[in-house]
Amino acid sequence: MSIRNLFTLIVAGAGLTLAGCSGGVLDPKGQVGMDEKNLIILCTILMLIVVVPVIFLTLYFAWKYRASRDFEIYTPKWAHSTKIEAVVWSIPILIVVSLSVITWRSTHALDPYAPLEGQGEHLTVEVVSLNWKWLFIYPEQGIATVNELVFPANKPVAFKITSESTMNSFFIPQLGSQIYSMAGMETKLHLIADEPGTYKGISSNYSGAGFTGMKFNAIATPTEDDFEAWVASVKQSQTSLTSGAYEQLAEPSENNPVTYFSKVDDGLFHNIVMKYMKDHGSMDFYNKPENAAMGEHHAMPEIQHSHHQEDAQ
Amino acid sequence: MSLLGKLSIEAVPYHEPIIMVTLAVVAVVGVVIAMLITKHKQWGTLWFDWITSVDHKRLGIMYIVLAMIMLLRGFADAIMMRTQLAMATNGAPGYLPPEHYDQIFTAHGVIMIIFMAMPFMIGLMNIILPLQIGARDVAFPFLNNLSFWLTAGGAILVNVSLGLGEFAKTGWVAYPPLAGLEFSPGVGVDYYIWALQISGLGTLLTAVNFLVTVFKMRAPGMKLMQMPIFTWTCTWANILIAASFPILTAVLAMLTLDRYMDFHFFTNEAGGNSMMYINLFWAWGHPEVYILVLPAFGIFSEVISTFTAKRLFGYKSMVYASGAIAILGFIVWLHHFFTMGSSANVNAFFGIMTMVIAVPTGVKLFNWLFTMYRGRLILSVPVLWTLGFMVTFTIGGMTGVLLAIPGADYVLHNSLFLIAHFHNTIIGGAVFGYLAGFAFWFPKAMGFKLDEKTGKAAFWCWQIGFLLAFMPLYVLGFLGMTRRLNHTDNPDWNIWLYIAAFGAFVIAIGIFFQLLQLFVSFKNKEKLNDTTGDPWNGHTLEWSTASPPQFYNFAKIPHIKDIDAWTDMKERGESYQRPEKYTPIHMPKNTSAGVFMSMSFTLMGFALIWHIWWLAVVGLVAGIGVFIKRCYTSDVDYYVQVDEVERVEATHLSANTVGGRS
Repeated sequence: MSIRNLFTLIVAGAGLTLAGCSGGVLDPKGQVGMDEKNLIILCTILMLIVVVPVIFLTLYFAWKYRASRDFEIYTPKWAHSTKIEAVVWSIPILIVVSLSVITWRSTHALDPYAPLEGQGEHLTVEVVSLNWKWLFIYPEQGIATVNELVFPANKPVAFKITSESTMNSFFIPQLGSQIYSMAGMETKLHLIADEPGTYKGISSNYSGAGFTGMKFNAIATPTEDDFEAWVASVKQSQTSLTSGAYEQLAEPSENNPVTYFSKVDDGLFHNIVMKYMKDHGSMDFYNKPENAAMGEHHAMPEIQHSHHQEDAQ
Repeated sequence: MSLLGKLSIEAVPYHEPIIMVTLAVVAVVGVVIAMLITKHKQWGTLWFDWITSVDHKRLGIMYIVLAMIMLLRGFADAIMMRTQLAMATNGAPGYLPPEHYDQIFTAHGVIMIIFMAMPFMIGLMNIILPLQIGARDVAFPFLNNLSFWLTAGGAILVNVSLGLGEFAKTGWVAYPPLAGLEFSPGVGVDYYIWALQISGLGTLLTAVNFLVTVFKMRAPGMKLMQMPIFTWTCTWANILIAASFPILTAVLAMLTLDRYMDFHFFTNEAGGNSMMYINLFWAWGHPEVYILVLPAFGIFSEVISTFTAKRLFGYKSMVYASGAIAILGFIVWLHHFFTMGSSANVNAFFGIMTMVIAVPTGVKLFNWLFTMYRGRLILSVPVLWTLGFMVTFTIGGMTGVLLAIPGADYVLHNSLFLIAHFHNTIIGGAVFGYLAGFAFWFPKAMGFKLDEKTGKAAFWCWQIGFLLAFMPLYVLGFLGMTRRLNHTDNPDWNIWLYIAAFGAFVIAIGIFFQLLQLFVSFKNKEKLNDTTGDPWNGHTLEWSTASPPQFYNFAKIPHIKDIDAWTDMKERGESYQRPEKYTPIHMPKNTSAGVFMSMSFTLMGFALIWHIWWLAVVGLVAGIGVFIKRCYTSDVDYYVQVDEVERVEATHLSANTVGGRS
């Protein structure tokens, strides 16, 4: 118990003294991260209701009923009590029931796939994990960057995430949730920064030799204008991200410097997601019907179509 | 295609000083041991009494020896990792490049779970379970020997990878596509696959063997609900093994097909899907942690009720709680990847199912508390481990429930908070349990007690070292540090990394004290001798035998009337009774088939790793050949004659009647 308390104190102390520079998940700078921090604290307190008495009773009983205190009551055959059994089953059940309610609600509220409600229009950023760097494509602005992510503070960002090769996890600890990046698939994440600042971004799923260097800065600009100014500066770049340039970028490299691309080939992200499916017909990925079974119907004729083409060739 | 496949002199990492020095030390130790065995003319004993033995008690001891050797190997990996991370701060590279470091954390995980914890658990179960249910051996003694050698074969492959080639650089979960041929073209993942396949087969056979033993070979009168609690928790663990290990076998077989025959189960291309591997892996991996911890729960129950000299509180609750944990443990695997993008409904369901496990676990903790209540607790070494567990594991359980909440896991997943959590439960739960069991049953297996002083010193070093090594990891997780980093560049993390490294060295002192304890105890064997067979005034049948037990366990199988069968017999004055007459005892003969079969399959695994196809065929054919020969051998058993039984029993009985006990 004392250790746990000490530890909580240490964390709280660290959180206070290092506020601003500690940069962990207990120092959130966005709504998602804030909700998650509060969730962690609330559930920890709920659990301490059981944990503290158990640890206390363990030490107390071990002390009180030690062999040298032979004046205490000794009942060697006492092994059952319906009352006690009822209590020891109900206490954890009650705690778990209340935690379950919290879990059900918070999991839906914090669903990474759901756009952030009441925050207005989202900025879309397409994220690709490559061995071993992060590529950020801004489809609305027509630009791309490597290892630097910039967006305005107080504007929600919708991330579409995929991977060129191995699995990574896209994570900015101070903004909240993380989501895996997987090749041939698109995952989604919605985050917001409530304060301008530079936050550390990482991959939090090991992906091979250069994994440690897969870091980027997530910069929340104070205003939308600052963001537009940054976009303009990226557009000054001499290089554009054609599919050929992308092939080159996809080659394994470690500790990549920040790179800007003034132009991006249309549909590059879509092509990256679909590259492993290209021999199996095409599918309208962006307008995928809600009902997956219907989607299959939709895709079938095209698959056959492409096979016919192959036969013809 | 060369005759040696991919194997060449280049496979030896002679340019890696750390590895070469390690290999040299291992070689020197090996030669010294071989010389000692030769000098004392013990090769015959080693072969005829141990390696070919089908006696569950000797196999159990060999399992534990294997576990301890692998503990040293796995711990060496741990120390290297913690030292690397303490040195590689502020952007410094440290002394281990990713090439080497990535193998170390993979090996550490595989070794500690598969080749340290599993053999330790199975070793204790081997020694004690048949004795607790009044059986003379397990149902299939030869199979038991084969299982051990298959486990050892897997361990040999892992260790060979140190000197020939490399081990996997994928993390112990070996997720594709990283573990696929495209991103891991070397032999490392193949070592991983074959080591796990061969030892996994051994584990599966063990579970089948012990399930049959428990269901068919209990002493007359022992109902299922009268089995000792350790036997019950092992039985639940065996049910989990029988249900989950085939999943591991299948998923690794699919990965093998991907890597060897250009299949596409888990590749990015051609419709493969790595999410399937991740699901299947954890469908085995999550039950696996309960396989490790349930027997430990049984050990704590035995230890607490023995050393408080009381019956276990809530025996039925304990059995049902264990069963609930076993069943629930099977439907929570998805909590290992909430961040994969499942819908909120799916994540919330698996989160809640996971929390439900906290209910039976909490009940168990309360039942241990009420076993102590109004007892007479002796603070022996096994009790210290148990109390240490109750405090430590409660914290680990709490952080586990926190991780089970998807909203919290979204920021804590894969962080050092997670690392702290599972070490909190596996060390504070399983390993503390095995060490409690080790101290508790050592006199039963070896005939003398362990030295108390060094045992207590070992406990305190482990307990304090554990807190120092892992509490900082919780903090680092909150500070946003993810796992498997090779170096760091965040000044706020440094202090915690230093404390964690220091903690690892305190645990190292704990391990040193354990080795010292063994040394001191062997030296003072005469003084610590247990002539009674019942040094702790135990409750269950294993304490009715001599220490070490007669090789046939029971001259006359007792009739069971109570859960605490031995206490019951002592109270009714039926203990240490010489039966009217002895009858000859039917026993299995030792056999070398197990070790030859397993070594053939290990050779096959080695050949497959290096693509030496002809040798793989040789290994497979040899293994099957030995098996067929064994099937046609009818000379597999014998009878212990009455005069020998009388002689052995007289010694045991006289120690307990003349010595003042009755």
